[in-house]
Amino acid sequence: MKKNIFYLILLLFFTFIFSVFYIGLDKPNFYTPKEVKNKSLEEFTSTELFSNEQFNSKDIIENNKFTLINIWSSWCVPCRLEHSVLMDLSGKTDLNIVGLNYKDKKNNAIKFLNELGNPFSKILTDPDGIISISLGAYGVPETFLLNNKSKVIRKYIGPLTKDNVLEIIKIIK
Amino acid sequence: MISSHIGYYSLLLGFVISISLLIYSIFYLKKNNQNINQNIFSFLFLQFFTVVISFISLVYSFIISDFSNVTVYNNSHSTKPIFYKITGTWGNHEGSLLLWLLVLTLFIFLFIIFSKKQPTKYRLLSIFFQQIIISGFFLFLLLTSNPFNFLFPVPKEGLGLNPILQDPALAIHPPILYLGYVGSSIIFSASLASLVQNNINREWAIHIKKWIQATWFFLTIGILLGSIWAYYELGWGGFWFWDPVENVSLMPWLCLTALLHTVIVLEKRNLLKSWTLILSIATFTFSMIGTFLVRSGILNSVHTFANDPERGIFILLFLFSLIILSIILFFIYQRKENTSQKNFFLISKETSILINNWFMMYFLSVVLIGTTYPIFLEVIVNEKISIGPPFFNKLLIPFLALFLIFMAIGPKLNWIKDSYKKIKYSRIVLFFICLCISFYLIKKTSSEILFTSILGGASLYLLFVTIKEFLNKKYNASQAISHFGFSIFILSILFNSLFSSEFSANMKIGQELIYEKEKIKFLKINTFDKENYKSVIANFEIKDEKNNIISLYPEIRIYNQPKILTSEADIISTAFFDKFMVINLLKGEEIFNVRYQTKPFMIWIWISVCLISFGGILSLFKRH
Repeated sequence: MKKNIFYLILLLFFTFIFSVFYIGLDKPNFYTPKEVKNKSLEEFTSTELFSNEQFNSKDIIENNKFTLINIWSSWCVPCRLEHSVLMDLSGKTDLNIVGLNYKDKKNNAIKFLNELGNPFSKILTDPDGIISISLGAYGVPETFLLNNKSKVIRKYIGPLTKDNVLEIIKIIK
Repeated sequence: MISSHIGYYSLLLGFVISISLLIYSIFYLKKNNQNINQNIFSFLFLQFFTVVISFISLVYSFIISDFSNVTVYNNSHSTKPIFYKITGTWGNHEGSLLLWLLVLTLFIFLFIIFSKKQPTKYRLLSIFFQQIIISGFFLFLLLTSNPFNFLFPVPKEGLGLNPILQDPALAIHPPILYLGYVGSSIIFSASLASLVQNNINREWAIHIKKWIQATWFFLTIGILLGSIWAYYELGWGGFWFWDPVENVSLMPWLCLTALLHTVIVLEKRNLLKSWTLILSIATFTFSMIGTFLVRSGILNSVHTFANDPERGIFILLFLFSLIILSIILFFIYQRKENTSQKNFFLISKETSILINNWFMMYFLSVVLIGTTYPIFLEVIVNEKISIGPPFFNKLLIPFLALFLIFMAIGPKLNWIKDSYKKIKYSRIVLFFICLCISFYLIKKTSSEILFTSILGGASLYLLFVTIKEFLNKKYNASQAISHFGFSIFILSILFNSLFSSEFSANMKIGQELIYEKEKIKFLKINTFDKENYKSVIANFEIKDEKNNIISLYPEIRIYNQPKILTSEADIISTAFFDKFMVINLLKGEEIFNVRYQTKPFMIWIWISVCLISFGGILSLFKRH
């Protein structure tokens, strides 16, 4: 009898670990954010998702007063939640929102946008995640608000909330 | 194109063989044959062969830069040197999983060849359990990470291999590491088989010990190679960063080291049967947990492969089915050990080995908790933290000192029972002398004197005791060499971390700066065009107070595909210290960030790990 209880507890223990890991898979993984405010963003070049054209980040950023760079991916569950907020933001303002598609498959990304709408003026791709690392990103989703000199004004780790959007609108006005 | 087809279909064939072997081995278990059917033997060979074919076809696709293959497209480039085209095969998720399979099938094949003296049923069951693992990995490869996916239209050029992976040490690091990391699967299968057959005894211990020693050796060397690579390539001058990827290779190592010691107790005293089994199962389970943590993307680390949560769920399910399978088998087959006559005595070699195990389990839990705690915290209370080196150092260092002392005493004790009377006062005096020496050496530094001087004293003590061991005529060579190596290992790490000095500044060409007693002069830079990168080599001259001049040539490489900068450190190694210099480009390409470090006893860290593993492999060739 004692033996049975022991094995039962052991099984329960492993089930617990299993469920934690299982839930953990859906969580965005990033470490304690460090301050990147008032620093400039690293320059990078990347191909556009739809047109396959090469773009330099500096050119995109310089032509607008403010630019919002949003790192997202179709497999990332929080991105799905965040998407309606981004759609909302792109409807309300004329802010230049640039997507950085992180470690994604092209077909999945397009399917995702067809389903939920496309708030982005351009979508740059980051198939192996190297650009995101060089930007100092911790995971998906992550969002940078930049001025036309590539200075990071705000950095949001994790999905954007409605409050964040209000803050962004306040800044760009 | 054609090679991808060959590779894919031979993988499919290998999977079919795996399933038939599963059925076959159960079928033959019911018969009472004296020998293993020749068919099973040929099937095992054929399975190994299909994986080899598949592996070779992937290597071939890389060599001819066949960009119709997605894996090749993602990880190779036509201008890459041929050597890195080949090693790029296992520098990515898909290819490295194929390497997993190669090692899995190789080990079961070798196991059957070298286990002819063992009972037939035991061998059949080992095949059965190993085939469960193998078929799981075949499925994983075919369903979620097929290395032979096609791309159409065929791109003209590949994306290239991450330049920091283009390095000779890193090229051979994965194969060697996998021989240990994946090789532990055979210990897992064999111990489950012997659990079911109930033949856990001395003979089994002698037989499985060889496999434990071999996998332990490869795991140790594999970790060492990774560490050396990190030292000169990542450009920070450290060799161990407590990064999740490093931790997941350390966990099976700690487990395997505990097993390496416990199996001796089983061999000599026929004790600790269940414990040996649990350790054998745990070692491979930790390999699987590591694979899960690193490949699923649940933890982020500087050197994970491109990861994909779809894969995570598969490994997670597979990992827990293996754990539950082991628990169920334990529940059904585990028998009580008859310990009444074979009591443990407090002062005996077996107790000292048990103490070794407690320490190993403690170190293991620290590493495990340090690695996975952020996940638990995030899931349960939704808080994000990061656990870094201070956590590990604080928890490990105090216990390491005690561990070293037991390491010096343990091997001296007799089996079964020993007595207090053997304690010699000279030993105690020696220990205090060691403490004093270490205190004297360390007191000038600004570190925590209490812990570090005890740690230093304990490792000095172990050093002297093991040196004395070599003077004995009848000594256990492998044990003495490994323990001797370990004491040097701890001593060199300690002195390395205490006496390292670093100078960091932004410098222009022609500038001269003075750091402590050395003059550092930035002479010039030269630019060269290499096969797939542009190389910028700086030339520094360092003059010390006695006017000895050394020249250092740190390098920056600007790779073309993908466009990435890497810093190649220039290191001058001598017996006593390493001079380490690395530069980074700052904006404007005129000013460079220069980091110059003096790191004492660096080379002894590598040498001591070689000594430790040499001791391990030595006992593999010992006659019984």
